[in-house]
Amino acid sequence: MIRLEDVSFGSMRDPEHAVAEGINWSVERGDFWVLAGLHGSGKSDLLMLLAGLMPPLRGSYRLLGQEMPIFDEDRLLTRLKVGLVFESGQLLNQLTVRENIALPLRYHANLAASQADATVQAILDELELGAWAELTPGALGRTIQKRVGLGRALILKPELLLLDNPLGGLDPPQIQWWLAFLLKLAAGHPLFGDRPVTLIASASDLRPWKRCARQCAVLRGHSLQVVENWHAGQPGTADIVRELMPEI
Amino acid sequence: MPEGIVTTANAPVARASLKPPLPGTWTNCLGRRLFRFLATLRGLGAFALITAGVILTRFGRARRVVHPLIVKETARAGTRLLGVFVFLSAALGLVVIGQTVSWLTRVGAIEYLGSVMVLVVVRELRPLLTAFLVLARIGTATVVELGTARATGEVEALEALGIDPVHYLVVPRVIGMALGVFSLTVYFILGALVSGYLWAFIQDVPLLPTEYFRQLTRALRGLDFAVLAGKTLLFGAIIAVVTCYHGLAQPLRLEEVPQATVSAVAHSVAACVLLDAAFIVVYLAA
Repeated sequence: MIRLEDVSFGSMRDPEHAVAEGINWSVERGDFWVLAGLHGSGKSDLLMLLAGLMPPLRGSYRLLGQEMPIFDEDRLLTRLKVGLVFESGQLLNQLTVRENIALPLRYHANLAASQADATVQAILDELELGAWAELTPGALGRTIQKRVGLGRALILKPELLLLDNPLGGLDPPQIQWWLAFLLKLAAGHPLFGDRPVTLIASASDLRPWKRCARQCAVLRGHSLQVVENWHAGQPGTADIVRELMPEI
Repeated sequence: MPEGIVTTANAPVARASLKPPLPGTWTNCLGRRLFRFLATLRGLGAFALITAGVILTRFGRARRVVHPLIVKETARAGTRLLGVFVFLSAALGLVVIGQTVSWLTRVGAIEYLGSVMVLVVVRELRPLLTAFLVLARIGTATVVELGTARATGEVEALEALGIDPVHYLVVPRVIGMALGVFSLTVYFILGALVSGYLWAFIQDVPLLPTEYFRQLTRALRGLDFAVLAGKTLLFGAIIAVVTCYHGLAQPLRLEEVPQATVSAVAHSVAACVLLDAAFIVVYLAA
């Protein structure tokens, strides 16, 4: 599904300066990756690259077999198979929750608000956002904003979902909700016709992900390392993984 | 300071970076400003071309999302300012007539009142004044809205959703402001012409309505209507492009939004005045 070959990439703030280099990585359909690293290691920038918002400085990035330029009109359908959930939601402040979630569907399918309502309502119900549907992002807490960002990313039924630190700043019940929902997506959710969604989630603390993410890659020292047998407690767990799963 | 501790004060690289790259003479200062101006001009030109291209190639796309935004922006730049403009047109009608009538009466040239109204109100004052008022009310708000959207990551969110930010954010504002300035100018002119006659009536000027109307129609040419339409539509489009450029095209932090607003106003005023001068040349040559 994703293939990176000798990729170097910069940051969104400073595209010319390489954050990581020489990345070789492939993600297969149905995977559930946690992309780990300390703050400032480039996790968000790598997700922006995977979402097609930024070109690689060097190397090749292929998504679903196609080379990825950023705003190539011909590749739009391919790009729409990727959903991106920003860390703080990054909702449009002029629109309500319902309008934020409906926007990509209405824009790409040229639907009136009433025509998209059934699909939007299904997402609102599934994500338990009904109580906030008519509010604007300014009236929402961070927890709800993150969920609305998730709903907006899911409305086009993506095959690949990228999540930028989805558990950051959440309390334990919210973390459990998110992990349970992501597991359902990975296994096949009725909203998507029971089709499993490929997931890549970034995190700086691996502990919550032990029981759900199957694969782990760590960004450290300007490079990406895929870690085998990464679950804590197993012999031979790499130091870099232990660093991200501290014992309290 | 203990040995081995490097601070910015004593680090050789830091010391060199504290010196300006060039001597601070007035020629260098002027040169830097000129280069900055040319860079801004180039950016504005490119942004205008991109916007024009998107309007031409994507006008029909996502009609049910974008066209209601165009209507909303037209209402914002036009209908909602109507009350203010009715008041201003009455006030400015008084200003023009009040000054003009007394002098024309003294020199016995009251038959030129219509021509003066057409020259001042229709050709010059109203279009530019309308543009400046729309800039002050709507243009500044546009810079703040789009600058805040840029700083808070809304533009990246649109790109991630496969939505062209120019198509969704800029095109409705350009079309809406162009139509808004045009329609407000028409109302402004009509209001000023009517209030102008009322004030002349109050000042006991011996001028019948039919004579006033005849003077106006004699002074108006077909070119006036074409120039008025072209000028006002372009004023609105320029204000929208400049304000959207300053809010959207540059990476902005929240604290930079006020400065971007100031720059947008200055550049919009300059562009409108230059365009007005160009139309004067066209008009005189015709």
